[in-house]
Parts: sequence; C-alpha cells; structure tokens
Amino acid sequence: MNKTVNPNELTSDDDNGPLYVAQKKVYPQSISGTFRRIKWGLMVLCLGVYYLLPFVRWNRGLGAPSQAVLIDLPNSRFYFFFIELWPQEVYYFTGLLIVAAVALFLMNSVGGRIWCGYLCPQTVWTDLFYAVERFVEGDRRERMKKDKSSGLTLRRISELALKHTIWLMIAWWTGGAWVLYFNDAPTLVKELVTFQAPVIAYIWIGILTATTYVLAGYMREQVCTYMCPWPRIQAALTDEWALNVTYRYDRGEKRTSVKKAAELRAQGEHVGDCVDCYQCVAVCPTGIDIRNGPQLECIQCGLCIDACDNVMTKIGRPKRLIGYDNDINIRRRRAGKAPVYRIVRARTVVYSAIIAAVGGIMLYTLATRSLLDINVLHDRNPVAVKLSDGSIRNAYTVRLLNKSGYDRVIAIDAYGPVNLTTHVVGADSVTPDRPMIVIPRDSTSELRLLVTAPADGNPEKSIPVRFHVTDIGLGEVATSTDNFVVP
Amino acid sequence: MTDHHGEFDSVTGKSTTGHEWDGIKELNTPLPRWWVISFYLTIIWSIGYWIVYPAWPLISSNTTGLFGYSTRASLGVELANLESVRGEKMVALAAAPLADIEKDPALLALARAKGKTVFGDNCAPCHGSGGAGAKGFPNLNDDDWLWGGTLDQIMQTIQYGARSGHAKAHEGQMLAFGKDGVLKADEIVTVANYVRALSGLPTRKGYDAAKGEKIFAENCVACHGDGGKGNSEMGAPNLTDKIWLYGSDEATLIETISQGRAGVMPAWEGRLDPATIKAMAVYVHSLGGGK
Repeated sequence: MNKTVNPNELTSDDDNGPLYVAQKKVYPQSISGTFRRIKWGLMVLCLGVYYLLPFVRWNRGLGAPSQAVLIDLPNSRFYFFFIELWPQEVYYFTGLLIVAAVALFLMNSVGGRIWCGYLCPQTVWTDLFYAVERFVEGDRRERMKKDKSSGLTLRRISELALKHTIWLMIAWWTGGAWVLYFNDAPTLVKELVTFQAPVIAYIWIGILTATTYVLAGYMREQVCTYMCPWPRIQAALTDEWALNVTYRYDRGEKRTSVKKAAELRAQGEHVGDCVDCYQCVAVCPTGIDIRNGPQLECIQCGLCIDACDNVMTKIGRPKRLIGYDNDINIRRRRAGKAPVYRIVRARTVVYSAIIAAVGGIMLYTLATRSLLDINVLHDRNPVAVKLSDGSIRNAYTVRLLNKSGYDRVIAIDAYGPVNLTTHVVGADSVTPDRPMIVIPRDSTSELRLLVTAPADGNPEKSIPVRFHVTDIGLGEVATSTDNFVVP
Repeated sequence: MTDHHGEFDSVTGKSTTGHEWDGIKELNTPLPRWWVISFYLTIIWSIGYWIVYPAWPLISSNTTGLFGYSTRASLGVELANLESVRGEKMVALAAAPLADIEKDPALLALARAKGKTVFGDNCAPCHGSGGAGAKGFPNLNDDDWLWGGTLDQIMQTIQYGARSGHAKAHEGQMLAFGKDGVLKADEIVTVANYVRALSGLPTRKGYDAAKGEKIFAENCVACHGDGGKGNSEMGAPNLTDKIWLYGSDEATLIETISQGRAGVMPAWEGRLDPATIKAMAVYVHSLGGGK
C-alpha cells in the first residue's frame, strides 16, 4: 500500500519551481526625437494641470468656496468651475465615466494604446522617475555598470541618496497635490507647513507618497504588464485597421550589418533595412523587442520609433522602419500595393456617436437642470386626521432644495380635485393658505406641511395632490405629486 | 520541529511525525516560527491585561486593575459628553420663549426631533407612535382639545397631567349619573339621544327632545356649557363636533353617562426636564392640531 514514489518519476507540475519570473530590471536609454518631444510636452501638461489646478480660483460669491475644482466632502458638494454638483447628482460622474471609457476605446481603434504610451499616470510618473534616475546616475550603460559593481563607494552612496531623495520629493508633492483638491488649497498649504492641518491630510499624503514612490520607482512596467487590466481588454477590442507601433518587417527583413547590406545592395540583391543595432530595445521602457511583433507588454510610447529613425537617418535610409501601422498595410506593400489608412470605419463612428450622445445628454441635462426642487413624504402614522368640523387633514414632510447661490423666498401650493388649503408649521403666509418660506442659498429646508380638505367637499376616496413650490422673486416653479388619503 | 521520531518521506522531501493511523502517516509540517512567537507574545500581552484591567473574580467582587477602569464608568463619561454636546442647543431651547420656537426653523427642527424621540419613549404607549390616539386616549393630531390646544395649555397638560394626583393637575371628571342614582335609566337614554342630536347624529324613534333638553340643562350645562360647546377649563369636551373620545353611538353614550369617565394623563414634571417638556409641547403642537 505504501508504495514509495521516486520524485523524479512525478510528471505533474513541479511544485518547487518559482511561480513567477523574477523582474528583469530595465535600463531605458535616453533618446531624442518627435515622439520623445510629444511625451515631454504631454508630461509637462499633465503634471502641470495636476499640481496647479487646485490653486486656480473661481469667484462664486461671498461665503462660497473660491476654488475652481473642489471636492467638498463635509458639505457633500463638488465644484468644477461654473458647475456645482449635489450628492444626488453623481450620475453625471457615471456619464463622465462612460465618455472616458468609450474615448479610450476610440483612441484604441484609431491609434492603439495612446493612453498607455502618453497619458496614463503610471507612464507619466515612471517617465519622470526615469528622467531623474538618468540625471543622477547617468545613461543606460553607466547605470548597468553601476548596478553590477557591488562596491559601495561614497560617490555611489551619495548618488543613490540623491536619487531617492528627489524621487521622494516628487512622490510627496504628488500626495500633497491630491489632498489640495479636498480643501481650500492655499489655506491647506499654510496649515500643512505649520503642522496645523488635520491628521487625515497627512495620512493621505503619506499613502500617496508611498504609492507614487513604489509604483513609479520600483514596479514601473510591472504595473502595466501584470496589474493593469487594460492590456487584456485592449487586445480584445482592437481590430485589423487599428494603427499600432509596428516594426515594418516587409522593409526590415532580412537583417544585416550596414557594411554587408551595402555590398549586397551593390550586387542588386534584396536586403532589409534593419541593421540589428538593438537601439529600439535599448530605449524601450518595458524592455521588449518591438521586432517580435505586437506584444502585451508594449505600451506603445513610440520611443523605439525615435530610436530607429535616428539610426536610419545616420545610415542614410528612409525613416519610419518602425512606425504607426498595421498588418494589412505590411501585406499590401509586400504585394506591391499602396498602403491604406482607414480612420473612419464602423467602430470609430459608433464610438464617436456614443461619446457625442452621452456628452450631449449630459450637457443638456446640466444646462436645463432646475436649481429648485421639492421632495414630499406623506406622514405614515396617522395617514389622515379628522378635524372637529368634519374636514380631513393630511400631513407631509416636505424637503425643499435651493441649489442656487442666493436665498429664495418661496410659496407652497397644493392642487387636487377638491379645494385644498395648506399650512406650514411655523411659517407665515403671503395670503391666507399660501405659506411663504425662506430657504437659504445652497441648502435644503425640511418643513411640516398640513393640507386640509373642507368638510363640505370631502373626497370619497384618496385623491392625487400636486405640490407647487414657486420662487416668488423669480417665478421658478418645481413640482411633486403625492396622495391625499381619506380614512 | 522534532524530526528524529519519524521517517523520511521521499515524495515530499519531508519527515513524518511518527504517528500512524491505519497506515496513514502524518507529515511533519510545524507551525512557522513567527506564528509561534506571536502566539507566545499574545500570552505575555494578556498578563498586562490582568494587571491593567478588571480581570479576576473574587468572592464578593473582582480585581479592579491598576487604573480602576470599568465599562460602566466609561459609559457614564460618554453620556456626560453627549449631554455637554447637546447642552448648548438645549440651553438655547430652554431660554427661548415658547411662542418663538416655531418661528425659528433651527429651534423648531431641534424641538421636533427631541420631542419625537421623547414622545416615542413616554407617550406612545397610550397616544400611539404618531399621536393618533385610541378610544379613551385623545388623538393629538386633530384640533379638538379637552384642556386647550394653545402651546401654553399643551405644555401645562404635559407638565401636570390630568387627574394625575399632582397638586396643579387638571381636575374635573365626567360624573357617573346612573351609578350614583342621579338619573334614571330612561332619562339617561333620553339625554344620550339629545347629545347625539347636538352633533347632528340620528336619534331613536319616539325620543322626547324637550325632555332631553330639560335633563341636559339641569345636569350637563354646568360643565359642557350651553348648547354643549364644552369647556376646556373643566376638561369638558365639545359635544357638538365630529370627534368623540369614547364613541358617539347610543350604547357608548349611555355607558359614559351612567358610569362616568375619568381618564388619567400623568404629570411629567420631575420626570422630564423643563427643556424637554418644552420640546414636547412644541412637538405635539406642531403635529397639526395646535391652536
């Protein structure tokens, strides 16, 4: 029964092997060119917006926050320039998320992973951290050499200390900017500096300092390859017409050295333009070889295009051996046909239409939304009260919302199939049976509304009632319906 | 951690514990060292608990711990904190004149919130959770008041009650005209029908209205007033309206007249603090029937 099995005979998966491959450290080389310039420009723009936006002011009048973009959690308000959103209006964010997702799909069907390569925070901050690393420790070869030599000289230690200090400064500033979106920025900066700020602000700065430092300084391309779901979704959403950063193997193969290529060309033989210089690999921030075709790891940052263009210029061959292209065009060129680029196709049209529709609906609802609203809740116990003269009274809890930036004077009326009189507990009346209430700016008021049906006109069963709340100054009206219950 | 008892298992490369049940042997997979150390640390930590907090039961009490902590005392502190947080607002409520509370939206909201919870705790058993009342227990939502429906009158009723035994309580009751032999049975039936006629209800066939009026004038007008309009000084209900505390059918009226009625409203002074009674008065007044 107890037959001993030799471990070497076991055929199942080896349990002792590593579950994951070890991270191979990537040493991207510096590069200059069109795409690098675009990336620098977008980095300055993105980081500039992120770090400086909280300091932009927007005048909303006295007593209201003057910050252009502010998430005011204690008062449950979101401010974006001229827009102010209340908690019950978060569906605008749903619309925003739909637009963002479809915009991502649209980018993908036009030019591949534009988001990943140029705009994703992970890419932008990693790029910045690489720039710091290069500035302190030197370019690719120097960094590789320094990492290999184990000796910790004073110079090396100070280099490392400097690099991590700058990294942490950037990370800290990143976390610091985050909390500024949740409070008045200049005030909070003053409080942070004098250690008067709330503890939660320091905790959030700490958390985001840590995530920025770890994600951009250490995990880098691992985040894109292993943590992010987008590469998988992207691969499933792409089609054969989408332009991606592509090695044009029709032009590149067969690879030879510069000298040999010249010799072979002189003999009239076909030679590829790729000279196997590995510059595209050296500059790649995810450490892959684009010449192996489209890969999950490739974030399509375009730096290999710059690297290859530089080499092609040097050896006197046409640029864009690597460029934004697709397999269809590679095959067409091989067959001697001119390449075709189809930006307008069914999916790009549909994506654009969805963006236009959702965006349009959002803009329409935002432009036409009412700044005055009424919610009515019928009393449950008792639902109806008989008064001494035989008339019937129902009580309602009414919540009035004044979303505007000024106090309102409003009147409440109730309309139904029978003549109804209204009274609000504690409120004065403009004319008899027309309660008048003041609702302060940017707030809600809860009132107790009593509605009475006269004894001689008592309805026989429950009837619908329509409540009108009218801004006496502006004539703005909001309505709500409920029932008037007869016992 | 002791592998010298067992034998080596070549499949897993581990030793066994040496235990065997029906040919099944147990691999020796000891707990990780960090786990064991953490376990011992928790034991050491628990000794600290014995010293600092109440822990061991003694014959008549228990060890109190170094700092004399007790959950009961800490609850007391929390309740006191709560009171001090509410304090300012309740002070404002207590200071405001009764008539002005409903004019101030913030004070009205506070009084209604406070009143609602206190009503639920103290008044709901008789008056119902929404103050809708029951037979013998007045509906507080309507505009018919035995002892008056102004803010001051409502507050007075809450403070001292009715027939509650409090020195300032409302007194006066419906006498038992039948039981005490004041009226004969047929006279009671007649006056009961007269009362029904006062509020427009149908009367029994062959009922003598003139006799009824005479009996009413001799026995009832003293409290219920001329024409039965009632008197809130005596707690005598208006007999001409549509609201009946015990019921308006002939049998109930006969029972009321012959047996008398004397419902009790307890006095809340001393049981609830003055600010709370004030909030209660505003709450009841704001239910809709307040004058």
